[in-house]
Amino acid sequence: MIGIVKSFGEHRVLDQVQFPLREGEVHVLAGENGAGKSTLMKILGGVYAPDAGEVRLLGRPVRFRSPREAALGGVAIIHQELSLVPSMSVADNIYLGRERTTRGWMRFGHQHNESTRLLSRLGLDILPCTAVGDLPISFQQMIEIAKALSLNARILVMDEPTSALNEPEVERLFAVVNDLKRSGCGIVYITHKLEEVYRIADRITVLRDGRWIATAPAREMPAPLLIRHMVGRELDERVTAGRTIARSNAPVLLRVEHVTVRSSRRSARPLVDNVGFEVRAGEIVGLAGLQGSGNSDLLWGVFGAFGRRRVSGEIRIGGAAYRPRSPGWAIRNGVALVTNDRQRNGLVTGLDVVANATLAALPRVSPAGWLRRGEEVALATDSTRALRLRAASLRQRVATLSGGNQQKVVLAKWMNIQPRVLLLDEPTRGVDVGAKQEIYQILDDWRRAGHAIVLITSEMPELLMLSDRIVVMHRGRAVTAMERKEATQERILHAAMGGD
Amino acid sequence: MSPASTRVPTETPSLASRGLAILSQPWVTAILALALVIALGLVFHGNGAFYKWGTHRDALRLISVYAILACGMTVVILAAGIDLSVGSVLGLIAVAFSILVVRWEWSAWAAIPACLLLGACCGAASGSLIAWFRIQPFIVTLAMMVFARGLAKKISNGEKIWSAQTPEIFTRIDSRLLGENISVVTLVFLACLVICWIGLTRLRWGRYVYAIGGNEEAARLSGVPVTAMKIGVYALAGLFSAVAGICHAAQEYQGDPEAGATYELTAIAIVVIGGTSLMGGRGGVGLTLLGTLIIGYVDKILSINAVPEANRLMLTGAIIVVAVLVQRRKS
Repeated sequence: MIGIVKSFGEHRVLDQVQFPLREGEVHVLAGENGAGKSTLMKILGGVYAPDAGEVRLLGRPVRFRSPREAALGGVAIIHQELSLVPSMSVADNIYLGRERTTRGWMRFGHQHNESTRLLSRLGLDILPCTAVGDLPISFQQMIEIAKALSLNARILVMDEPTSALNEPEVERLFAVVNDLKRSGCGIVYITHKLEEVYRIADRITVLRDGRWIATAPAREMPAPLLIRHMVGRELDERVTAGRTIARSNAPVLLRVEHVTVRSSRRSARPLVDNVGFEVRAGEIVGLAGLQGSGNSDLLWGVFGAFGRRRVSGEIRIGGAAYRPRSPGWAIRNGVALVTNDRQRNGLVTGLDVVANATLAALPRVSPAGWLRRGEEVALATDSTRALRLRAASLRQRVATLSGGNQQKVVLAKWMNIQPRVLLLDEPTRGVDVGAKQEIYQILDDWRRAGHAIVLITSEMPELLMLSDRIVVMHRGRAVTAMERKEATQERILHAAMGGD
Repeated sequence: MSPASTRVPTETPSLASRGLAILSQPWVTAILALALVIALGLVFHGNGAFYKWGTHRDALRLISVYAILACGMTVVILAAGIDLSVGSVLGLIAVAFSILVVRWEWSAWAAIPACLLLGACCGAASGSLIAWFRIQPFIVTLAMMVFARGLAKKISNGEKIWSAQTPEIFTRIDSRLLGENISVVTLVFLACLVICWIGLTRLRWGRYVYAIGGNEEAARLSGVPVTAMKIGVYALAGLFSAVAGICHAAQEYQGDPEAGATYELTAIAIVVIGGTSLMGGRGGVGLTLLGTLIIGYVDKILSINAVPEANRLMLTGAIIVVAVLVQRRKS
């Protein structure tokens, strides 16, 4: 792939990116969240068309207009979210869209035999007529690989294939990958785990902020160099200057001890495993971690969004014992959660600014159930004005606002419940630079006002700038905690990737 | 609309596009559609029948039972649900009310609350299954539709419940007020409409309905008690079905276990023609009033012009499609 450029709106996601893949190699594609890895692979897989640049396969330029064309061209992508139909059988899934037929009649026997052959090649002892949904995740992943094999794929892209697997399953996956490599497949492997990188990679390519940074054989890029490539940019010193560390004698507002959040799937490993930390009044604690580290799940668990059954451990708010029950209970205890996806679960985009800004705090303006509409509008006006929301009217539907202003509506909503503990998951995601600065200011104001804040952000400089302390999570565990002055991007990333 | 404070320099939309924006408001399309229907009535007036107040009173009386169902349906649809059981619950309540009043000779003051309670319980049962077990509303209320019809037949032994001496409460409900100018049933409908309107626009409850319909997950994470709300919403639909059932029994002077079949479809049609989105979260009970008038008048105009029933049904089907197409343009 040469000189790939891709923009979404005005945001340039990929800029002159190159990516060389040889036959029979495992090529690790590394980069922080948002570096452009997934977008690059979606261009390879025909999901997006590049704005410029070209993809060459065996020397010939190709242009895939759909995932189907890419598949027929020999490119198979195994996404993190598997794309199998759970209710259909293994054989039917492998041949989905390419059913073996004679004049329109299905050739079940043929499909069955072919599937058996593919499965045995992968060392899988399952019947092709089993329903995919009845199989564990690791087997489902193998079926995706079988599907790729049935296409005679020459390029196989695996996006964090081990995130849901346990140790023996990972071993089997690696065995299969090695086998595929020997048969001449080129394999692109995306992972956030250092250990895996050096076990499996022949070469490594690093992307950062949508740019190509380096490609080198794995042994020429040891872990410290890899991380430096990934982090790259120097921290802007100006933003960190002038911050005072929170007083260490302030009362602890949120204490989390031995908290475990179970996955909704029975057999899977817990999303959060025995994590503990505390947040004082007027303190921002950063929860660092890459995708799948469980940091978001921890916030959801504390907020009660998973209900009471899946969360265990001890939580104290302002010294009083607190058991997460439901979001409503959390709100009544002064806990707010800003989720990382405002479109999906942060806003009711069809309703206006007033309705959204007061949604969590409605009991305040509707004693006995009757809405006091004047008070409601006043509450919405005050809170949105404090956050300098720019909207033509408060009766505007929030769907029509820009990303930054939508986020301010979310923040206003939570400000209105008069919270003590704020759990913020990516509060600046999808927000332009100006609005980002304003949100930093808001967070700092809240910190000064004595709120306890837990912050998740995938932007390292933001994390280092805003946090008083940083807790790093990896595969559901809190692996290390560091004070602000000892934290560096390298140290955080190293810990987040499971390095020791 | 509150006055727009123009702190942000926005492009001034051209007159034409602003006109289009207003035209695409659901209540504007609904009013235009109603105006069109009335205009047709003025032209095809059936030998002057359309100019008589009696015709209008009759149109309102005939549509009222459907419209009461549509009020509850509006709330359910706003919460992104659907209730197919309202017609059957209507039939069940019509039978139960007749049995209580005709056979057991209960006073109306006892029979009406008992029937309302029964209807609300049917709805709450559907709502509980939907909220607790996360079964699709379509399936749950389909099951309730079949079950309630069966129950209606069971308690009536499949026979119509009536007596030669019509109970007083039946004639009371079927009478006209205000100098014979408006039916009691129509007034009941208007009362239901006002209750829904207050609930949806003046109570916290209504805001929660819209929030759940617009984005259930966001509502849940904002502390909205989604489970209780859903049960309440279906219970309300059941309550209104009971109101409609009582009115229906009174209008027919009997409790027919077959009463109300396919009424749920008319109720949904009224809501959709009014402009409430089947996706939930957008619309309102005011639109349902417009939808009621549109369907009611179309029916009446076709009947005073002696259009055969076969053609009437085909035309109504076509009208529903056109109404939905017109509304889709905006989104």
